[in-house]
Amino acid sequence: MNTASFLSRRLIEGVGKLGAVGWFAIGMLAALPYVLRRPALVVQQIHNAGVLSLVIIMTSGFFVGMVIGLQGYDAFSRLRQEDLLGAGAALTLLKELGPVVTALLFAGRAGTALTAEIGLMRATDQLSAMEVMAIDPMGRIAVPRWLGGAISVPLLTAVFNSVGILGAYFVGVRLMGVDNGAFWSQMQEFVEPADVWEGVIKSAVFGLVASLIAVFEGYTAEPTAEGVGLATTRTVVLTSVLVLILDYMITALLL
Amino acid sequence: MSAISAAMAPMIEVSDLRYDSAGRRIFAGLNLAIRRGSITAIMGPSGTGKTTLLRLITGQIRPKSGQLKVDGAEVASLDRRELFRLRRRMGMLFQNSALLTDYSVFDNVAFPVREHTALDERLIRTLVLMKLQAVGLRGAADLMPAQLSGGMSRRVALARAMVLDPDLLLYDEPFSGLDPISMGMVLRLIKVNNDVLGVTSVVVTHDVEEISRIADYCYVVSGGQVIGAGTPAELGQSDSAMVRQFMSGAPDGPVPFHYPAAAYETQLLGGQRS
Amino acid sequence: MAHTPARELGAGLFILLGFAALFFLSTQTTNVEAYVDNESYMVTARFEDVAGLKERAPVTMSGVTIGRVDRITFDSEGLNAVVTLRIDEVYNRIPDDSDASILTAGLLGSKYIGIGAGGSETYLKQDSQIELTQSAIVLENIIGKLLFKFGESSDGEGNAENAAD
Repeated sequence: MNTASFLSRRLIEGVGKLGAVGWFAIGMLAALPYVLRRPALVVQQIHNAGVLSLVIIMTSGFFVGMVIGLQGYDAFSRLRQEDLLGAGAALTLLKELGPVVTALLFAGRAGTALTAEIGLMRATDQLSAMEVMAIDPMGRIAVPRWLGGAISVPLLTAVFNSVGILGAYFVGVRLMGVDNGAFWSQMQEFVEPADVWEGVIKSAVFGLVASLIAVFEGYTAEPTAEGVGLATTRTVVLTSVLVLILDYMITALLL
Repeated sequence: MSAISAAMAPMIEVSDLRYDSAGRRIFAGLNLAIRRGSITAIMGPSGTGKTTLLRLITGQIRPKSGQLKVDGAEVASLDRRELFRLRRRMGMLFQNSALLTDYSVFDNVAFPVREHTALDERLIRTLVLMKLQAVGLRGAADLMPAQLSGGMSRRVALARAMVLDPDLLLYDEPFSGLDPISMGMVLRLIKVNNDVLGVTSVVVTHDVEEISRIADYCYVVSGGQVIGAGTPAELGQSDSAMVRQFMSGAPDGPVPFHYPAAAYETQLLGGQRS
Repeated sequence: MAHTPARELGAGLFILLGFAALFFLSTQTTNVEAYVDNESYMVTARFEDVAGLKERAPVTMSGVTIGRVDRITFDSEGLNAVVTLRIDEVYNRIPDDSDASILTAGLLGSKYIGIGAGGSETYLKQDSQIELTQSAIVLENIIGKLLFKFGESSDGEGNAENAAD
C-alpha cells in the first residue's frame, strides 16, 4: 500500500522530469539563432568538454582495449580461433563499449563540470544578471554548452575506439602472439561499415542526451551550494541510467 | 497626455500589487510611485520581498495581480522583445555583484556593450576605461573577479550596470557585507550617478542610517504592504510605532524580539521539547 | 567575449583528432572497397535452396571476389530462390554458360557464391540469368541422409567394407 503510493509518486515525478527536460530542450532550440551568429562560443565549449576530457578518454580507452585483448584472447583461444581477436575487439568497441563507456566517462568528467559551472552561475546571480542586461542566458550559456558537449562526444568516442583497438592490438599481437596480419585482416573481413555507423549513431544520441541533462541540471539547480552538489550527482545518475536504456533501444532498432 | 506631464509621470508606478511565492504571500496590495531622477529607498526587515520587488520591476517574474508600470509600460504585458528593449534602459547592481567569473574586469564591463552595440574595439576600450575610472578601478581592468575584494567587485558590477547609460538603476542591498570605507565609496557613487547623470535610482536596503544620508524618499515595506513613506526625516517622526522601531533599530517593539513560542515557564517546567 | 586563441586552437586540434580517429575506424577496421559502388552489372541465378546465404556475401571466380550478392528473393511462381548478383564491370567477359554454386568457407563458415567458367563465346551482361546452378549443401540434410543410409544397411559391416573397396 505504502510502497505502491511511493512508486506511483516516483513515477509521476519521473514523467514530470522528462517533460521538464523536453521543454528545456525546446527552449534551447528557440535560442539557437543567437548561437549560430556566435560560433566562437561553441568552439570554446568544445574545448571545455572535449579537449579537457581527452586524457581520461585515451587512458581509459587504452586500458579497456587491453582488457578486451586479454579476455578476447582467452576466449578465442579456447575455440582455437585466436585470429578472430581483432574482429572481436573491433566489434565490441565500435558497437557497444566505445559509445557507452565514453558517454559514462563524459558524464563523470565534463557533465558534472557543466552542471557545477552553470549551477554556480545560477547561485551567484550571473544568469539573472544577464537577463537584466537583456541577454538571454539560454542562448549565451546553455546552448553553446549543449552543442559543445554534443559535438565532443562522438569525436571522443572515435578516439576511444581507435585507442582501444590499439590497446587490444598491443596485448593480442605484441604480448600474446596473435598473428599481426590475421588480426587486421579478420577485423576487416568481419566488421562492416554498418557497424561503424551504429557506433557513430549511438555516440551522437548519447552526446545530445548526456550534455542536455548536464546543462538542464545546472540550469535548474537549487541556487545554493548544497543544491549544486545534488544537481551534479543527479547528472551522473540520470545520464548513466538513460545512456544504458537508450543503448538497448538503439541496438534493438538497428540490429 | 502632453510631453511635460509624461516627463512628470513617475518612472515606476506600482498599484495594488499581489505576489505569492511557494504558497507564501509576499506582496498583498503594494502601492508605490518612484519619481524620475530621484533616489528612492525601499526598506524593510529581512524577508519582506524587497529583492522580489526588483525581480518584478525587471520582469524576471510576473505578479499575481495588480499593476507595475515602468516608464508607462505595464511590465507583465510586454512580450519578450519589448521586455528586452526595456531592460536595456535599466541597470541592476546585484547583492553578490554577479560578475561573470570567466571574464576579466574589463571584459565584464565591456560585456553588455559588445552584446548590444556594434562599436569597434577601440571605442569600447575608451568607454569601459571611462566607467572604470568613474568607480576608481581603472587600474584593476586586467584582474579576474576572483582576485577582487567584496567592495571592489561591487564597484566593478556598478560600472557594468551603468556602462550603457541606463535611465534606471536598481541597487539590491548595495551596502551589505562591506567595510565602512567601501560602503562610503558605494554611497558616493550612487549619489554621483544620480546627481550627474540624472539616473532614477531605486535602492533596496535595510541599512537605514547610510541610505538616509542620500535618499530623497523612502518606503518602508513590511508584511507585503507599504507601512510608511516619506523623506528620511519624516519617517523618523512617523506615527507608526513599527516604522519608528525600524528607523531607529530598536531590538524590541511591534516587531517582537522573540519568535512566537509557548510561554517560557510552561515549556521549561513541562519538560517538552515543543 | 574573451578571445583566447589557445583554446580555439586546442578545440580545432581536438576536432581534427576526432575526425582522424573516425577515418581510422572507417578505413582500417572495415573493408570499405568491397562496398563501394563501382560500375557494376546485375545478373540473376535461381537456386533450389540458398540456406545460409546472406546479402552482400562475396561472389567469387577461381577464389577471387568479383562481386557481391545484392538481393535474395523467393519466386512464388517457380517456387525457388532468385539471387541477384552485382558483378564488377571490370569482369565483363564471363561466359554466359558459366555455372553458379553456393559454397561454404571452411566446414562451418559463411556461405558464398562460386562461379565456374563455361566455354561460350558470348558473355554475361546486365539482366542475364545463370542457368546452371548448384544449391547450398545443407549439412543437416547430408548427415540425415548418411544416417538413413547406415540405418538401411545396418545388417553388417560387410556392406561398409564393400563400399570401401
